[in-house]
Amino acid sequence: MRILLEREIDRLKKLILGMSAEVESEVHTACNALLQRDDKTAQALIDDVDKVDTMELDVEEECLKILALHQPVAADLRYIVSVMKINRDLERISDIAVHMAERTLKIFAEPDLLLPAQLSDMSVRVQAMLKKVLDAFVRLDVEAARNVCMADSEVDTLNREVLRQVKEGVLRKPEQFDALLQVMHVSRHLERIADHATNIAEDLIYMVEGRIVRHSPEVSDKG
Amino acid sequence: MTEQPAKPMMETRGLTVRFGNAVALKNISLEVRRNERLAIIGPARSGKTTFLRCLNRLNDFDHDYSRSGDILLDGTDIHGPEMDVVALRRRIGMVYAVPVPLPWSIRENITYAMRMAGIRNRRVHAEKVESSLKLAGLWDEVKDRLDSHAQDLSGGQQQRLCLARVLALEPEVLILDEPCSGLDPISTARIEDVLEELKARQSIVLVTNNTMQASRASDRTAFFLMGELVEVGETKQLFTAPREERTNDYLTGRFG
Repeated sequence: MRILLEREIDRLKKLILGMSAEVESEVHTACNALLQRDDKTAQALIDDVDKVDTMELDVEEECLKILALHQPVAADLRYIVSVMKINRDLERISDIAVHMAERTLKIFAEPDLLLPAQLSDMSVRVQAMLKKVLDAFVRLDVEAARNVCMADSEVDTLNREVLRQVKEGVLRKPEQFDALLQVMHVSRHLERIADHATNIAEDLIYMVEGRIVRHSPEVSDKG
Repeated sequence: MTEQPAKPMMETRGLTVRFGNAVALKNISLEVRRNERLAIIGPARSGKTTFLRCLNRLNDFDHDYSRSGDILLDGTDIHGPEMDVVALRRRIGMVYAVPVPLPWSIRENITYAMRMAGIRNRRVHAEKVESSLKLAGLWDEVKDRLDSHAQDLSGGQQQRLCLARVLALEPEVLILDEPCSGLDPISTARIEDVLEELKARQSIVLVTNNTMQASRASDRTAFFLMGELVEVGETKQLFTAPREERTNDYLTGRFG
């Protein structure tokens, strides 16, 4: 019984790790396309939209199969339930990366637009959060997961700063309004990716410790 | 959650049991609360059944048996000088793994215990036959053939008959030792449904090797291992996030 379950969980682990790597690479691609003004890369990301969706379905089916056939409890149950939630977050992140690429193409339609400096800083931080939380997931490292949660508010601050700059830009150069609107969206997308990375970190803490920390002050430095 | 009254229905304090030189239970302090279903799980030879048999002093029959520590029923020491053991076993009804219907009719299976307990009024008998069969969820299936032989019932029905027989004496505590081990899933579900209904009247202690039954059919679960009480807690907590590593390892099948 245990050997069969172990085998299923190993398979699930491989699936979700493969998906993690793919999503991480998509976010990396989306950020690079934006910052290096690379419209070909952005277009390629948009065209490859189905890959992660298929992976998400595979992971979900595997989880449902394990729940139905093995009725896992305790640590096994927490693992499966957390993977189901992480699966969802990864799929959302992948969608957002594609949206970023779409916005990026629209931004390039305004060749004179200068991107706010914070956007680059934000993309570095968001990618680092994502990488860190996915590494933590592999190593079941709760401490690293907590650090990811703490980093979220820095990204929120940068997002607000970009928003302020977009407002100024609109006043200064109203003819760039459309492109600036896209910049605002991209910033918002990055901020959402950080939120999903935080969700993954919270699920990881639950998986390891069995405590639900969502909405608790220990994973937020806001209050 | 309702607040627990100060005094549990049953309680063991530092209960240690030996059979000869072998220690079967080590310093167990565990309470059975009022109107709860307490499941006891653990691998073979973990002391589950020994614990159960301590509660109604069935181990007294074993000549090797020795005990230290106290067992209280509603605050009274069950080994105290004023305790009548036969009366104790009426107050703590037991259902065994294998249904043991007496070799008579369905009706007589239930009236026998009452007659032994000195209840002779036929009207009371008739009422009790009906009410206890209803409580055990068997009435609708047997009401038209109460005088047929108990052996003709299916295994699941026999087990519910044994339960009805115990319930006829209105025990305060119901102890069950693997009551579903030989039953199919539907009969098992019937018994589990009945336990849920019965907890309004009785405290229930359910020993089971089937951890999934404990998760379905109990409010709290105690995990025994090699005579030790490793952990006791709300069933939903124990099955999602046990506090002890050993509990987690047992539940997830990492043992042995």
